[in-house]
Amino acid sequence: MALLRVRNLEAFYGASQALFGVDLEVGEGEVVALMGRNGMGKTTTIRAITRMLRSSRGEVRFAGRDLAPLPSFRAARLGIGLVPEGRRCFGPLNVRENLTAAARPGAWTLNRVVGLFPRLGERMGQQALTLSGGEQQMLAIGRALMTNPRLLILDEATEGLAPVVRREIWAAIGELKRDGQSILVVDKAFRELRDLADRCVILARGRSEWTGRPGDITEAIETSLLGV
Amino acid sequence: MAEFLNERRMSLAIALALLAVPLMAEWLGNSFYTTLATRAAILALAGVGLNIALGSGGLISLGHAAFFGIGGYAVGIIASHHQAYEPLMTWPLTIAATNQMPVLWLVAILASGLAALMIGALSLRTSGVYFIMITLAFAQMIYYFAVSWPAYGGQDGLSIYVRDGFPGLNTLRPLDFFLLCYAVLMVVLALVRMISGARFGAMLEAVRQNPARVAALGLSPFRIRLVAFVLSGMVTGLAGALYADLNRFVSPSMLSWHMSGEIMVFVILGGAGRLFGPVAGACIYVLFEHVFGGVSDYWQFFLGALLLGVVLFARGGLIGLAAGRARHD
Repeated sequence: MALLRVRNLEAFYGASQALFGVDLEVGEGEVVALMGRNGMGKTTTIRAITRMLRSSRGEVRFAGRDLAPLPSFRAARLGIGLVPEGRRCFGPLNVRENLTAAARPGAWTLNRVVGLFPRLGERMGQQALTLSGGEQQMLAIGRALMTNPRLLILDEATEGLAPVVRREIWAAIGELKRDGQSILVVDKAFRELRDLADRCVILARGRSEWTGRPGDITEAIETSLLGV
Repeated sequence: MAEFLNERRMSLAIALALLAVPLMAEWLGNSFYTTLATRAAILALAGVGLNIALGSGGLISLGHAAFFGIGGYAVGIIASHHQAYEPLMTWPLTIAATNQMPVLWLVAILASGLAALMIGALSLRTSGVYFIMITLAFAQMIYYFAVSWPAYGGQDGLSIYVRDGFPGLNTLRPLDFFLLCYAVLMVVLALVRMISGARFGAMLEAVRQNPARVAALGLSPFRIRLVAFVLSGMVTGLAGALYADLNRFVSPSMLSWHMSGEIMVFVILGGAGRLFGPVAGACIYVLFEHVFGGVSDYWQFFLGALLLGVVLFARGGLIGLAAGRARHD
């Protein structure tokens, strides 16, 4: 049984429809990449899954449970850890407070997060808003891991970061994958996703247009759906 | 960091000054100033309560007089039974009235906490200006209820003929009562500091900043705010209990929206979200009331001018003006 199962998902911003039928599945221990050009509904799909966007139709099941009636904090408590687009750490709080404020017991502890991102260990007492962009991204990932999620969702985790920092983040995500963490990742870094993902779902105009293994993405698909 | 140390030093100075005034006054044999300092300490406590909701939680409650008054009435009602030598209630079980402050405080805290739980559970479903209005509306409901409740004095209020007692102290002596109120204020400040440094404080700060993000991490912003609101109401309720014994009188004016406004003035004047902000604000308020109140009936004009200055030019309040920005500004 799939950990996350999305079927025919439609979503609305007020009267305007943003999603017209998204299908995707993430299995236990699987890494799935959600791809597509800007404005095709990637972030909206994430917002609908995490119930931050509540006006939606269709099926969203997590570990067999229907997420539709749940408020977003309940959906998160079932084991969905979101690393939001644009990082959004709690600026006035320090690194330790950011990590521990919403922590839930499990395999991920402060020490293990520091093991994954040693730089955070050096900045424990520092306010999040004084961190560099890369460090904030590490903090946002660490904060989500501290809730010990069954599924980690990364929304544009490497956007706007320097190449050397991006490599560091991708290496960490690769390490998570080897540990068996289920991940749904949204990104535009096509090459890194190709190496990392078990499966890709490509969105176009609010629909799942193509699903398959990253190796099967042909040049034709690239030009028509990804525009690279 | 230097500024933070500066704030600590300033807090210490305020705490010592508030303690020094009545000690000096007693030494000079003028206990009027002791009573004035007691009033400042109690009003500061009411502000410390509101500051939990307003400063740390960003919840602008214009109904905290409800908790202040409920704390006051808890003491007034029990005292009225005690001085009439009758039990508080006889059905379904008999409960004797008491004049012991620790018991009265506990009742005041529980009663105001329960009220905060009910008011918070309903009003925290709204936000912004609606939250301000709904907290005001609840407080006014309780105000009008007290006005029209003849069993406990109605509009005329209730007198407490002899101040309630505290084991080991003679609360009739102004200095003893001051020291008691001062100790309560300091203990509550220590607790508030402990809570804001702990995980709950971090959650509350995070909710104030971005509730959706907190929900995405699996915490309910509503519950975190509700806990903060109840704690806030309890502290202000305790202040109301002390205020009743200070004046040996409770009346619906403790519940009126003027009172809510005054408590909010202490917090904003001194510095919202700053530990000693409400203490500084209440001290300034009582000082203005005394100094300018002797000169003119329109002393609040001067207070208004000061408040305007603070709001326009010192958004961290007087503490912020002197000690620099808070870490969350």
